[in-house]
Amino acid sequence: MHCGYCHNPETRDMTGGKTATVGEIMQKVLRCRNYFGKDGGITVSGGEPLVQAEFVTELFTECKKQGINTCLDTSGCILNDSTLKLLEVTDLCMLDIKMTNEEDYKKHIGCSMATPLAFLDKLCEMKVETWIRQVIVCGVNDDEINIGRLNEIANAHDNVTLAELLPFRKLCSTKYDEMGIPFPFDCYEQTPESVIETLKSKVDKFRY
Amino acid sequence: MENKATDLSVRFKEYWDGFKPGAWQEGINTRDFIMTNFTPYFDGPEFLSGPTERTKALNEKLNELFKKERENGGVLDINTEVVSSLCNYPAAYLDKENELIVGYQTDAPLRRGVNPFGGIRMARSACEAYGYKLSDKVEEHFEYRTTHNDGVFRVYTDEMKLARHVGIITGLPDAYGRGRIIGDYRRVALYGVDYLIEQKQLDKKKVGENVMDVDTIRLSEELFQQINFLKKMKEMAAMYGYDISMPARNTREAIQWTYFAYLASIKEQNGAAMSLGRTSTFFDIYVCRDMERGELTEEQAQELIDDFVMKLRSARHLRTPEYNELFGGDPMWITESVGGINNKGVPLVTKGSYRMLNTLYNLGSSPEPNLTILWSERLPEPFKKFCAKLSIDTDSIQYENDDLMRMEYGDDYAIACCVSAMKVGKQMQFFGARFNLPKLLLLAINGGYDNVTGMKLGPQMEPLQGDKLDYYEVRGRLEVYREWLCKLYVNTMNVIHYMHDKYAYEKTQMALHDTDVDRMMAFGIAGLSVMADSLSAIKYADVKPIRDENGYIVDFDTKGDFPKFGNDDNRVDKIAQNIIQEVSQELRKNPTYRGARHTLSALTITSNVVYGKKTGSTPDGRKKGEPFAPGANPMHNRETNGAIASLNSVSKLQYDYCRDGISNTFSIIPEALGKTDDQRVANLVCVLGGYFSNYAHHLNVNVLNKETLIAAYENPDAYPNLTIRVSGYAVNFHKLSKEQQREVISRTFHTVM
Repeated sequence: MHCGYCHNPETRDMTGGKTATVGEIMQKVLRCRNYFGKDGGITVSGGEPLVQAEFVTELFTECKKQGINTCLDTSGCILNDSTLKLLEVTDLCMLDIKMTNEEDYKKHIGCSMATPLAFLDKLCEMKVETWIRQVIVCGVNDDEINIGRLNEIANAHDNVTLAELLPFRKLCSTKYDEMGIPFPFDCYEQTPESVIETLKSKVDKFRY
Repeated sequence: MENKATDLSVRFKEYWDGFKPGAWQEGINTRDFIMTNFTPYFDGPEFLSGPTERTKALNEKLNELFKKERENGGVLDINTEVVSSLCNYPAAYLDKENELIVGYQTDAPLRRGVNPFGGIRMARSACEAYGYKLSDKVEEHFEYRTTHNDGVFRVYTDEMKLARHVGIITGLPDAYGRGRIIGDYRRVALYGVDYLIEQKQLDKKKVGENVMDVDTIRLSEELFQQINFLKKMKEMAAMYGYDISMPARNTREAIQWTYFAYLASIKEQNGAAMSLGRTSTFFDIYVCRDMERGELTEEQAQELIDDFVMKLRSARHLRTPEYNELFGGDPMWITESVGGINNKGVPLVTKGSYRMLNTLYNLGSSPEPNLTILWSERLPEPFKKFCAKLSIDTDSIQYENDDLMRMEYGDDYAIACCVSAMKVGKQMQFFGARFNLPKLLLLAINGGYDNVTGMKLGPQMEPLQGDKLDYYEVRGRLEVYREWLCKLYVNTMNVIHYMHDKYAYEKTQMALHDTDVDRMMAFGIAGLSVMADSLSAIKYADVKPIRDENGYIVDFDTKGDFPKFGNDDNRVDKIAQNIIQEVSQELRKNPTYRGARHTLSALTITSNVVYGKKTGSTPDGRKKGEPFAPGANPMHNRETNGAIASLNSVSKLQYDYCRDGISNTFSIIPEALGKTDDQRVANLVCVLGGYFSNYAHHLNVNVLNKETLIAAYENPDAYPNLTIRVSGYAVNFHKLSKEQQREVISRTFHTVM
């Protein structure tokens, strides 16, 4: 998967970043525990956390033991036994439905949308509360047809309690420059708030 | 035997009718009156009233005067002819017909009086700074009078003068009122002045039975003065047509009587911080009684509080530009403490608490009064949310940990100035100054040579040698110089407070304290995070000293990374902890004037800018002249692990060693708190709850974007009311100097939790 608007291209290198043990991360999490309130907790995002599903499962299991809520921020692009085990210890999933038809998904994301949809079905089956999110890019998916399809997906799953739209931003372009790789979506403009305002009124499960 | 309770309750029957009886009727005991009579409120702000037409019109008039004051360079007018005191000016009004609560400091609203009792030079130069001349009459009068300032300089040693001159100890209250004393102004409302006088007369008689030694003679004279000024307070109220000899009969009188007591104090004294105390729940008891009698509506109750707050917002002292450098933004620190819980665990939040906070909506945001939330885990949730919303909307309030302070100060304490807790009417503090930690470090490294002024002070030895600073050698040096400075600091404070008691004693405020008052002496430190990061750099990185031609170290070349305070990293957080502990323990070795207990604060007001200016480059990479972080804040933009890590570091500083307060100013952009208003409120409540459950002491909260401040910096006229929290108090941004504004803009604005 290589999304054209990827905000964190530096996380794609599977050998990059820092290594940490579950114990080390838990120590940091526990230092923040008092700030969580009853609704807060830990969110694991990426990159793509499903790439390290076993590690995240271990981390979330530890969190659950400590009574800390767990949230998974993912594209849902990997579905296997490890993923299913992870979902068992996930309280909330923020699922990025990047595009709403196969053609766009293939074109802009570089893979099929079948897996994310199957992933969503699994979430529903396992009754994991899910928030669907989508980045809106003018000229790509800022149309009512897309929103209609997004509604269909959201409404077909009872576990989806929220669907939200996020504006496309180009703050990451310097990262591409630094890495010396092209920013595929450089040709698109940043999405104005007004577009989000207009579109969100058409999203059934938009809450605010 | 006569029954005292019956005695008083018979005497004040018509005033106290409807209140629940208790120990408060047997002698002065405001706390007991509150605990016996308050009505806790657990719901939200729905009941509140907006401003009435009368309030709006009066507030409009006041705002016009503020505008004129602003246009006039910060001071509207000065009365240079008459020295400020309780009865020296005729009654003054903003709009006589429409004021519910009356009384101004001088003969016209916002007109400043001169108060030379602290020092005639300061009064003179303050007048001159604004284009006025202190009248010959006042000059002549003070030619034959010893001021506090005269007294202090008669006794200051050469070393004290030198330490003051090079700025290793700064902000010594040796030329103006020391402040940080809170009279229990509520006593005037609850008991009336006559009873207070009688009690002081009895005390004086009793004191006279002791051996007439120095302490007894001084106390006896002080009591004489207290009684004298209580009488003057009555006289002052009479000028406004009120007789305050007896207790207040209703809400309006309770507020008016309390205000008169406060007004008398600020007419008499120009203390650096003259705080109000803890009045809103006290007033609510009167409101409840009046409402039960059908004599007051919610709208009328709010109107009275709004009017009272307008008066507080009009309070002014005349200051010099040098003073404004240390305490920027013309603050009064009329701190009002709101909330907290009582010793039985019942929240002291009443509808009155809401009314007080609601003035920020009804009258617009404002730095004064300095509204301070005493935060407890057990405060009602709707109240926590209301406070958080108020922070997000106005950036005008601060939070202090009631669960921490209550253990030490009980349930009727209040905050003086920014962060200093004291039991109302039972404790007072000898306030004074702070010493410059990074400068101490540089002095120690250079063996008693100040590399900014080129002067020598303290124990004299060789500057440290070698190409790399050694952590243990530096610490060894620090021990020697810390011992020297702490002794000098305590001695200097002793001189100041002896002379203040002698020549500028707070007669009105001390009359509203128990005669047998408990005293604290409050010391301070500045540059805590610069010091901690510098020591961390010496320990964990390579710090190469750069020397001048005489061999003195004037700069550093620091290579390699080192842990920085504000990232929840124990390696350096522990260093910061130790600094406080070591200073605190060292101070305690030196005896204080009147046996006051030593306390310490990490609080700088806006002096972090001036301190930085007077301090050479430090091993942490801060360059000569650059500002310190304020209070206990991590150094600007060195917090790279997010807001919570920063808060965690500060919360590790132990209140046990810093009983006068640990100030932390926290700025976060609205987006980092959440997308919607509800989310932001809920998340801010979690931040506050989390921080204070870690035993942290104080938090100033600003929720705003840096861009707003930059816009206000460039175009001040467009932002006349922009209020921000700086260091234990709030200011109108435009009242800060440009230099101070730049420093505030350069602070960390957290963009992620």
